Amino acid sequence: MDNLTVEAIELTRLYGGREAVSNVSFNLTKGEVLGFLGPNGAGKSTTMKMLTGNLAPSHGSVKICGIDMIENPKEAKALIGYLPETRPLYKELTVDEYLAMSARLHRVSSKHIKAAVETAKERCGLGHMSKRLIENLSNGYQQRVGIAQAILHRPMVVILDEPTVGLDPIQIRDIRALIREVGKEHSVIISTHILPEVEMVCDQVQIIDKGKLVFNGSIDVLKRQRVGNKLLVGLHTPPHTDALLSVTGVAEAELLASGLIRVRFEGDVAPSEAIVQAAVHQGWGLYQIGPDQTSLEDVFMQLTYQDQAAIADQAVA
Amino acid sequence: MIINVARKELKSVFASPMGWVILSLLMFAFGVQYLNGVNDYFAVMSGAMRPAERTGVTQFVGQSVYGLASFIMLFAVPLLSMRLISEERRSQTLPFLFSAPLSLTELVVGKFFGLVAFLTILVVYIASMLSTLNIWADIDFGFILANSVGLLLMVASFSALGLYFSSMTQQPVIAAILTFIALFALMMLDRFFGSDPSNVLGSLSLTKHFQSFAGGLIDTADIAYFILFTVTFLTLTVRRLDADRLRG
Repeated sequence: MDNLTVEAIELTRLYGGREAVSNVSFNLTKGEVLGFLGPNGAGKSTTMKMLTGNLAPSHGSVKICGIDMIENPKEAKALIGYLPETRPLYKELTVDEYLAMSARLHRVSSKHIKAAVETAKERCGLGHMSKRLIENLSNGYQQRVGIAQAILHRPMVVILDEPTVGLDPIQIRDIRALIREVGKEHSVIISTHILPEVEMVCDQVQIIDKGKLVFNGSIDVLKRQRVGNKLLVGLHTPPHTDALLSVTGVAEAELLASGLIRVRFEGDVAPSEAIVQAAVHQGWGLYQIGPDQTSLEDVFMQLTYQDQAAIADQAVA
Repeated sequence: MIINVARKELKSVFASPMGWVILSLLMFAFGVQYLNGVNDYFAVMSGAMRPAERTGVTQFVGQSVYGLASFIMLFAVPLLSMRLISEERRSQTLPFLFSAPLSLTELVVGKFFGLVAFLTILVVYIASMLSTLNIWADIDFGFILANSVGLLLMVASFSALGLYFSSMTQQPVIAAILTFIALFALMMLDRFFGSDPSNVLGSLSLTKHFQSFAGGLIDTADIAYFILFTVTFLTLTVRRLDADRLRG
């Protein structure tokens, strides 16, 4: 129980009668990275605002390490580091000034401020930018300052709203490594709409659509959904599909526009070996064989689409 | 925590030229007024033959400097208070403060004290400038003290009002204009209703309550008025920010 860092209980937020977020519940334990996925306007940011106490939920409650956000906001907020969608930077200050101020506001004792600022700068690769005005930093560096500000006081829960927006590929890789590192000691919640990012960084995934959770589970479940029961086979001299169907285990074969053949198989084991053998014996000129992964995008589409279909069914019934 | 917020505000004021420019302009204005006051004193007093016509140098110079100060603050405070919250709203830095372990009251009071600390520099500057008269005259320090307390309480009230208007809008300029209009209206009340002591509207005027301080009298009723005025607007500001959190 004491490993639970975030408990969201039936969070609901109404905007003038319209539910922006409805009945979102989840738990997060120490050492986990949670990815929040969803199309634009799905309620990701609203949920994050409620988790950080920037917005009062219409119903439901948030507990950070067992402390209720509504009853004891100060104690709960002390355990959170938050980077909102728009970076909350005071552009007239230098990086050092800003981080020191942020440390002071987050109750870092004055003895430790300097060390905390140095560590945060080092972790976010800001060492050589210390004396620069935030206003003059590039977009990516400003984003790093935002992240530095969120991890500065070593919070139990780090909440980052779209942390990799506006970064170059190398920076993105650094930040992802940083998120994983922070995620080892603390809990991290990130929102994003870059799907591969979720796969790389997160242990747990939540997909939210139109304010409702449509998927909540470990990343492995999502990955398993991806690997289907199909193989992609590339042949230089493709035979008639009937010849392929005669290979044991193959249930269906379909020639794709790219010249590859998609083979659907039955059972759990892919008949790759049988296909290779058949190809060698009959001289099909095999040059490629591999699992046909449905992309995360497809899974995502499926999940959000299924939900809509379910709603439509309900409406009909 | 209040101190940390106040420190942050002071830092922002001095990080931009705005703070320095206002500070130097006001110091220049007060200095000129002081110099004129001293010159006029000799001109007027040399013409005043009867003892009843003579006033002390502290009162003569002090009144002219503090009179100007209370009038100039009417313009200066809105300029300084306008960006306190509206600027944070516009550049979307409020979530940073809202997600820090701060209560809204600490946040608002901290911002208020940040501005008042800045204005205290001016009050202390005026007081020390007038105290230099002591080098060649025997001056009335009680008069300066009363005026300083009065001026400080008055600019604190101005700041609280400015802070409230700043919390209502995203545009600093609109906040400044609204604050100025409100302060000006409160000043004007004295013009229209000040002559009638039984009139309630007249006693709402901020200048009227400053007048006893200007005469060198520290009156608890006036202190209470300024404190109530300040607390009222700070509370309204807290409520306004709380509404943000509730209504979104």
